[in-house]
Amino acid sequence: MFDGLQDKLQGVFRRLRGEGRVNEEALGRALREIRMALLEADVNFKVVKSFVGRIRERAMGEKVLESLSAAQQVVKIVRDELIELLGEAGGELRLEGKPPVVLLCGLQGSGKTTTAGKLGLRLKERGQHPLLVAADLQRAAAVEQLRQVGEAAGLPVLEPRAGETPLALAERALKEARLRGLGAVIVDTAGRLHVDRELMAEVAALAERLKPSETLFVADAMTGQDAVRSAAEFAATLPLTGVILTKLDGDTRGGAALSIRSVASVPIRFVGVGEKLTELESFQPDRMASRILGMGDVLSLIEKAEQGMDAEATERMARSIARQEFTLEDLRDQLRQMRKMGPLAQVLEMLPRVGPMKALDPSAVDETRLRRIEAIIDSMTPAERRSTRLLNGSRKRRIARGSGTSVQEINQLVKQQRAMKKMLKGVQGKWLRRALGG
Amino acid sequence: MSDLWQKLKKGLFMTHTELLERFDAALAGRVVLDEESLEELEEILIAADLGVETSLALVEGIRRDVRKPEAVDSLRLRQRLVDEIAVLLEDTAVAPAAGDEPTVTLLVGVNGVGKTTSAAKLARWHQMRQRRVLLAAADTFRAAAVEQLSVWGERLGVDVIRQARGADPGAVVFDALQAARARGADRVIIDTAGRLHNKQHLMEELAKIRRVIDRQAAGWRRDTLLVLDATTGQNGLAQAQEFHKVAAADAVLLAKVDGTAKGGIVVAVARQLDLPVRFLGVGEGAEDLVEFQPREFAAALLG
Repeated sequence: MFDGLQDKLQGVFRRLRGEGRVNEEALGRALREIRMALLEADVNFKVVKSFVGRIRERAMGEKVLESLSAAQQVVKIVRDELIELLGEAGGELRLEGKPPVVLLCGLQGSGKTTTAGKLGLRLKERGQHPLLVAADLQRAAAVEQLRQVGEAAGLPVLEPRAGETPLALAERALKEARLRGLGAVIVDTAGRLHVDRELMAEVAALAERLKPSETLFVADAMTGQDAVRSAAEFAATLPLTGVILTKLDGDTRGGAALSIRSVASVPIRFVGVGEKLTELESFQPDRMASRILGMGDVLSLIEKAEQGMDAEATERMARSIARQEFTLEDLRDQLRQMRKMGPLAQVLEMLPRVGPMKALDPSAVDETRLRRIEAIIDSMTPAERRSTRLLNGSRKRRIARGSGTSVQEINQLVKQQRAMKKMLKGVQGKWLRRALGG
Repeated sequence: MSDLWQKLKKGLFMTHTELLERFDAALAGRVVLDEESLEELEEILIAADLGVETSLALVEGIRRDVRKPEAVDSLRLRQRLVDEIAVLLEDTAVAPAAGDEPTVTLLVGVNGVGKTTSAAKLARWHQMRQRRVLLAAADTFRAAAVEQLSVWGERLGVDVIRQARGADPGAVVFDALQAARARGADRVIIDTAGRLHNKQHLMEELAKIRRVIDRQAAGWRRDTLLVLDATTGQNGLAQAQEFHKVAAADAVLLAKVDGTAKGGIVVAVARQLDLPVRFLGVGEGAEDLVEFQPREFAAALLG
């Protein structure tokens, strides 16, 4: 994984400014860094090329180089352009027609069947009553998979009869939905290669017949350079209305989002963020841009934190921060919260490498040490937790015995807590605001 | 097998024709390889998903050689690159000799790469070599994964050891190894649930499956294949790294090579993680599995 782009650009500009040459050469180097960052994020190289061209033009036009904060400005331009290219935020499905049809298509293994269940559940929660249609007659047990997904989502599933073609099944689904007064029909199709003429013709015929109000291309967020080719073929064959990006709960930068968006010219509507049927979110271009640039997914982190935190601890923390305090109780709360969010190294991975977080190496985080810290805090009295000033030699020895640690470790912890308290004062003023607002 | 290679090569070639033709045209009549054409070369490699680092390293090698003005022959240049990529692919930790001892093969990978289909293909592969195969449906998590493998088992006439959905995958593996002994099978192929490599608890489950195999299959050769999707980009490297760490992968099975994606990420995986490729998945049929040939693959990468 590369470090944040902003960091690299700052390096480029600092070096050159030191030499008194803030000029086109600096911009050239900065653009090379941008190119690398995007390529490493799997944005297609052709897309990268035209993108970098646009950044060059804007940077020249806005006379960025004369500014003292050239790096930040370039990053801002890159981010703005990325967000613009990624398009609008995802909205709800458009359901028109009687019944409205949602057709899902994509390559093998992109996650169509799971997504069918997720969309179905989403519609159900909004009072629609969708019918899931198992039109994947290629893969072994695909029908069975959708049946189980439908069961989990509490949705009816229409299964093919012996010898029935996907087209015949789809027609039956329309009748069935009308008859039963269902609010929508979601059609799960077989995964197919964009170069498979026969199967592409089959799905085209399906779209022709069903006239879906939504034809969604389901794509794996981990896709590499070939994303442009498959997306372009699907877009050329079908009247696509949107894209769903799956498996974004992995650690991929997801540059394919940009590649797909630029060749398919339809908005990205939803992102899949887990295996559970509720794990479907609206697409957020600003988050995606930060992710592609490796700038840390601060918003997702906050959301994750909110999910994991119990309201009381959050409240307590907020009060502490407002008072510009940071007690060991707060630290323990934080440690517990963080553990709920997953392995600490991953949580840190989501943070931007700016301000005091710059030197953090997520891979170097030692979870056992954190457990020892928690043990120390657990062995203290509430009063000690609130004020470490109480800790004299005999109290420290007691705590060390109680927690199976040493007085040295306790001293270290106290020192760290004081440093954190100090940092917190800085936090409110500076980097947090920038990180969160940025 | 050779028609499969043709099919594969055709697929790979098509995707690259455009780029390579442009490159050849750019070089035509040129006497030195300038920055622009080196960058184009880099793009050809990046477009094949070799990644920035590996592509740059390969181009750097060329750049060093052609510093002096000299005639540049695009065919010779291409051959050189093919050689270098082939060396990268060959020069990995040597895979344990595929002897004929009883073997347990564990298939691991992220969601949707094609583990279940690959398990069926491997079963067929061994079947054609007169081995007695058993499939173990240890993906007890995904809806209908067990049924999917069972359908394959029926088609191939291979027994599938299964439990109910949600069962402990370690228990399925345990059962499968017991059954293999009882039925005299000498190949056990274990399909596991897809899991993203950054989900620690799921990776721990995989480590547990490994431990069950280590305990229960003493005397068997243990073989872990990481299934990578040829359409995957740079994340493939992170996948390989994590799965290798947790499950000690022996080799890669590159699936879905029959599309237009080149699967160049395996070059980066070989270069940076020393992990060899053993099989290529080239279609949806049980027989669409070929043994990996580094040189042919490298040639196909570059047309």
